[in-house]
Amino acid sequence: MIAINNLAFSYPTGKFLLQIPEFSVEKHEKIAVIGPSGTGKTTLLNLIAGIITPSRGSIRINDTSVDQLNDAQRRQLRITHIGFVFQDFELLDYLNVNDNILHPYRITRALQLNSAVRERARILAEEMGIGDKLKRRPNDLSQGEKQRAAICRALLPQPRLILADEATGNLDPENKTRILNLLFRAVAEHETTLLAVTHDHELLGRFDRVVDFRDFRI
Amino acid sequence: MIDSFFIAWKYISYNRIKTVVLVACITLISFLPFALQLLLAESERQLMSRASQTPLVMGKKGSALDLVMNTLYFGDDVPELMTMTASDRIADTDLALPIPMYVRFQARGNPIVGTTLDYFEFRGLQIARGRQLALLGDCVLGARVAESLALKPGDNLVSSPESLFDLAGVYPLKMKVAGVLKRSHTTDDLAVFVDLKTAWIIQGLGHGHQDVTKLKDPTLVLKRTESNVAATAKLFHYTEISEKNMATFHFHGNLSTYPISAVIADPYDAKSGTILRGRYLSKEETLQIVKPEVVIDGLLQNIFRIKNVLDAVIAVVALATVLAVILVFALSLRLRQREIQTIFKIGCSRMTIAKLIAAEILIIVFSSTVLCGIMMVAVKSVANDLVRMLFIR
Repeated sequence: MIAINNLAFSYPTGKFLLQIPEFSVEKHEKIAVIGPSGTGKTTLLNLIAGIITPSRGSIRINDTSVDQLNDAQRRQLRITHIGFVFQDFELLDYLNVNDNILHPYRITRALQLNSAVRERARILAEEMGIGDKLKRRPNDLSQGEKQRAAICRALLPQPRLILADEATGNLDPENKTRILNLLFRAVAEHETTLLAVTHDHELLGRFDRVVDFRDFRI
Repeated sequence: MIDSFFIAWKYISYNRIKTVVLVACITLISFLPFALQLLLAESERQLMSRASQTPLVMGKKGSALDLVMNTLYFGDDVPELMTMTASDRIADTDLALPIPMYVRFQARGNPIVGTTLDYFEFRGLQIARGRQLALLGDCVLGARVAESLALKPGDNLVSSPESLFDLAGVYPLKMKVAGVLKRSHTTDDLAVFVDLKTAWIIQGLGHGHQDVTKLKDPTLVLKRTESNVAATAKLFHYTEISEKNMATFHFHGNLSTYPISAVIADPYDAKSGTILRGRYLSKEETLQIVKPEVVIDGLLQNIFRIKNVLDAVIAVVALATVLAVILVFALSLRLRQREIQTIFKIGCSRMTIAKLIAAEILIIVFSSTVLCGIMMVAVKSVANDLVRMLFIR
């Protein structure tokens, strides 16, 4: 599913350098990425999603070389194939929870918003435990509820790859389990691959593989 | 599906105060020049159409503008008065039909126009209800006066005193509404028409009172001789002309010396008009004869000169507003960097982000346009009165 070779990335300031000689993720695999803060976990997810491009090396998702795609193609790949759960939720204050979840469908022609999608969004929100919060704005939600809304937005287009940056970071143990179950169910039902950055070491046992980022950073 | 307008609408309705301020700024700055243009066009239409239908106006030498505004639009500024002799003088020339006008008094805020029946024919005014002026004390109302005062034939209307504090002034006259005119969409709709003699009675030049020859109360008689009876101020003066007391109303002196404010002269042909004007050109002449069209054209030229200055001021303010709006959007974009970054991270193209912002601008501009349109419709509906208030009264 994902194949990274000889990857290097540094920010324009040059203070940070990420180097990954080789890293691969199989289809339907559930990978947990761990490591101390500032080691480049989020940077890796951004590189895979094509939000930023590597200084050198290659990133392949299935048969597509992400580093070879132009800006528009990377966006197209991101919105149609990747569900990204951002570390700080990135919900839009002026949209209610329902509109936030449906937001990707309203900003691209690649996704078609119809009644089936709306119904799926409602069910997903119910399963996440925020079914009664759909008309609320993000400012009226708790951190955990915001997190769940952000996960709903990422899962709704049924992506082939889920990149979750601390997806369970703000949740209580009960909700952590619930979210993880949903993420894993998405992997199982839609043949999705999951790459999740996490600090919850008690959850690591549920992933297929754990990658420690200290191995990559120089 | 890209739902730019949906998202834009959500954003601007969430940021209500900013949106309201922006819409208000754009609305006002677009409304001002349009409203000014509309009012000037309406004033030009109103002023010129009536002026071009009135060939000549004669009055005392002085402000030609006051004379025309008072005679044609019944403006508040009364020109210097002249006597009925001026009207008779025109009649004697056989060059024009003279229509004497006495526009000085008011009834409940509406001008009382003292004139003759020729005026109604000259202006093409027709009676909608009731009858034409026939008796002393009758009045005929313009359509809008009747409407605003809720008066109909048979009702009464009292003239307003010229000065509330003039204790020696004449009593207001209770006039009988004889008829109501058909709407003419001109200043005539806003006037109360009376016969010249009724206007003179309002002024106190003609009056009706108890028959002094039959007075028995000694406190009413100041001096009695064989040929004359002098009454005291206690003598009862009638404030209403009725069938019973009509015969007691009388005028002292020669009516040709009674005041009028102007004479509309309707020449029998163009040549007569030119000859008539020529007769009032000498320096010794105390009267003037003017073409209202020329006077109004001069007024409009001045108004348009002022409008040019206003246009320049509005243009500068508009430029400042546009720059302020651009600044607001630029600052707003900086504040929304994080949000734009989020949309971009999800997979939105820069073009879509541009579309979202364009949709917001369009909604704001559209709202301003609609609001401006509504305000223009409102101004248009009152333009007639507004023009009258701004340029005539």
